[in-house]
Amino acid sequence: MEWLKRNQITVGAGLVILVAAYVFYAVNSNVATSMFSGAWFFAVPLVLGALTGVVGERSGVVNIGIEGQMLVAAFAAFFSAAATGSLIVGVLVGMLAGIAMGAFLALTTVKGLMDQIIAGVVINIVATGLTSFFYRPGKVLSANMPQWEVPLLSKIPLIGDVFFQSGPIALFALVSVPVVHFALFRTRWGLRTRSIGEYPSAADTAGIDVIRMRLVNVTIGGIFAGAAGAYLSMEATGGFERGMTAGRGFLALAILIFGGWRPLRVFAAALFFGFTNALASQLQGVISIPQQFITLLPYLLTLIVLAVAAGRVRAPAAVGQPFVKGEGS
Amino acid sequence: MADPRDEPSDGRPATGAVATETAPPPVVAERGAPPPPTGVLGLLVREQSIIVPIVAVIAALAIGAVLIRAQGVNPMYAYQSLFSYSFGTADGLRGTFEKMVPLILCGLAVVIPLRVGLFNIGAQGQLMSGAICAAAAAHAVREAPGFLIAIIAMVAGILGGAMWASIAGALKATRGVHEVISTIMLNSIAAGLIDYLVNGPLKDPTQSYPSSYPAPEAAQFQPLGFVPIGLPIALVLAILVAWMLRRTTLGFQFETIGRNRHAASYAGIKLGGMIVLAMAVAGGLAGLSGSIEYLEIDPYRYQDGIAGSLGFDGITIALLARSTPLGTIPAALLVGALRAGSSTLMFNTGIQPEIVDMLLAITLLLVSLPIIAKLIFRRHTAKSSALASSWGS
Repeated sequence: MEWLKRNQITVGAGLVILVAAYVFYAVNSNVATSMFSGAWFFAVPLVLGALTGVVGERSGVVNIGIEGQMLVAAFAAFFSAAATGSLIVGVLVGMLAGIAMGAFLALTTVKGLMDQIIAGVVINIVATGLTSFFYRPGKVLSANMPQWEVPLLSKIPLIGDVFFQSGPIALFALVSVPVVHFALFRTRWGLRTRSIGEYPSAADTAGIDVIRMRLVNVTIGGIFAGAAGAYLSMEATGGFERGMTAGRGFLALAILIFGGWRPLRVFAAALFFGFTNALASQLQGVISIPQQFITLLPYLLTLIVLAVAAGRVRAPAAVGQPFVKGEGS
Repeated sequence: MADPRDEPSDGRPATGAVATETAPPPVVAERGAPPPPTGVLGLLVREQSIIVPIVAVIAALAIGAVLIRAQGVNPMYAYQSLFSYSFGTADGLRGTFEKMVPLILCGLAVVIPLRVGLFNIGAQGQLMSGAICAAAAAHAVREAPGFLIAIIAMVAGILGGAMWASIAGALKATRGVHEVISTIMLNSIAAGLIDYLVNGPLKDPTQSYPSSYPAPEAAQFQPLGFVPIGLPIALVLAILVAWMLRRTTLGFQFETIGRNRHAASYAGIKLGGMIVLAMAVAGGLAGLSGSIEYLEIDPYRYQDGIAGSLGFDGITIALLARSTPLGTIPAALLVGALRAGSSTLMFNTGIQPEIVDMLLAITLLLVSLPIIAKLIFRRHTAKSSALASSWGS
């Protein structure tokens, strides 16, 4: 009850949206399903990318390099899957690539004390250079990613169609959101993570190894960006192209901020982005909007959302600041 | 809002402030640090803002050599054919210089905000909006005398770029939106809007592919031998920016904000206005480079790919230049030569032109990793301070 009271606006808004969605579904089930599926399709990499951001930034490390992490992972996933003919290998290699890029960010910023913003931008540029140099056209996957149906849940009208009949990585994203949320707010790891992101000196005094924890969190957090990359090249399109992330890592950052660094709200924010995008594509058939305006809508939306959200949400207090033991901070 | 902990605790200059053109800052002895070395080592330590980039470039070329060797090509031959074209032939030299112009200007467009503690990664979008504004303005006044069209196009380019960058500056100053995200979003928005313009209102109907109207012939910049007209403009601007940062009140205010925002605010400097102004100046420079691209480079139209990755190369150049305006000149010379020679490299050896992206990425990585300086200078490294990393401030 306590929880319900505190979150009454969120819960209320969620219910209104849910009812509206089902009214829409009752009016035209095909269009409704395709629009919400389109929204989730667009939102999956954003949710995953933002989870990488949540884990890193809650520990006090800004991650501007999510875009690059995703791009390298998309590359690694696709080409390892094409080379070995195994989709599982592809997904795992993609996740490992995300972790490796996370480790790189962690080592340079937490250990090497490099500026976190510069490190992130460098990661993005290096990712572009690496993937465009080693890119070879003409490779294909031996098979498409399977579609999984979750027993029972997939039978729910609308929600079942949208969320519970999808590829493995989309399901991974769906499961990861509550898991990370629970871990962050209900476990010892979560409390420690939040403490090193808010006030590392105090955490240090309490005996938490801030440096080590940041290293581990930023590294492991890369798994989500890795999955996002694998999703883009294997599940969403079945191919890799140069620069295929197209700013999604930055949209994920915006969603991270919009969602106030909380996984569940981040999930809602990503769906909102996805839905706006799907709505615009639908509208295109009704009124004539130039194609280019549809394409740039998510980026414009990001700017608007950030302008509105900034000031209403509070970042982890120590995010962006390197921690040096014994130097206060 | 901003936290005093953002700022370097020891008051040492920011990365940007270790200027090659200023007298080298004295190496302040830190707790337990050995006294500053003298003699040859002392000279090296004092000049590390020059030495680190040089070492980074050499190391990147060495790593590139391994990659080239892995493709079965002799790296010496590859580099020789690349650089002998870029520097050794009239066409190549002109190509190198032509590339240098936008590279210097985009480098400056990153350097100036860095001095204020802002990281402008939107030079690409600012260059593009400058170029399209130049194209639109030149078409609007196409009946005017040539030199007048050129001037109007350049002014339009400056305004277009400045306006585009000011959006990011204003969002930062009023709403606290981080400039890295807003500038990258503005890049994509510019690309979309321009794609619409060159397919619609500004499309030259005589062309089958999307393209703006061409610059009137009288307004086109013809190179003087192998020196394009843009080059002296860019060089003069680099010197002007160096002067502005070192000798004017404005430069002093920028520098003060970059070193300590709270002190600057306390001293009565209007942070918001300065942030917008710094971004506008940066965007104006990038926009000018866009209009020069339009006036100077065949086919003298706005077309897909006019911007290449020049704006992003600006980031590499600014960091290679250690955030100094004059440092952008040698950095742009190197990057320009690599870019200009990449197709010859492809022709002679079959190595993809993307090797240049790779080389630049490695260079950027090495030059920005503090580890190089640490390896060479051990405890005498110039400390660099954090940019404004915090999201909300």
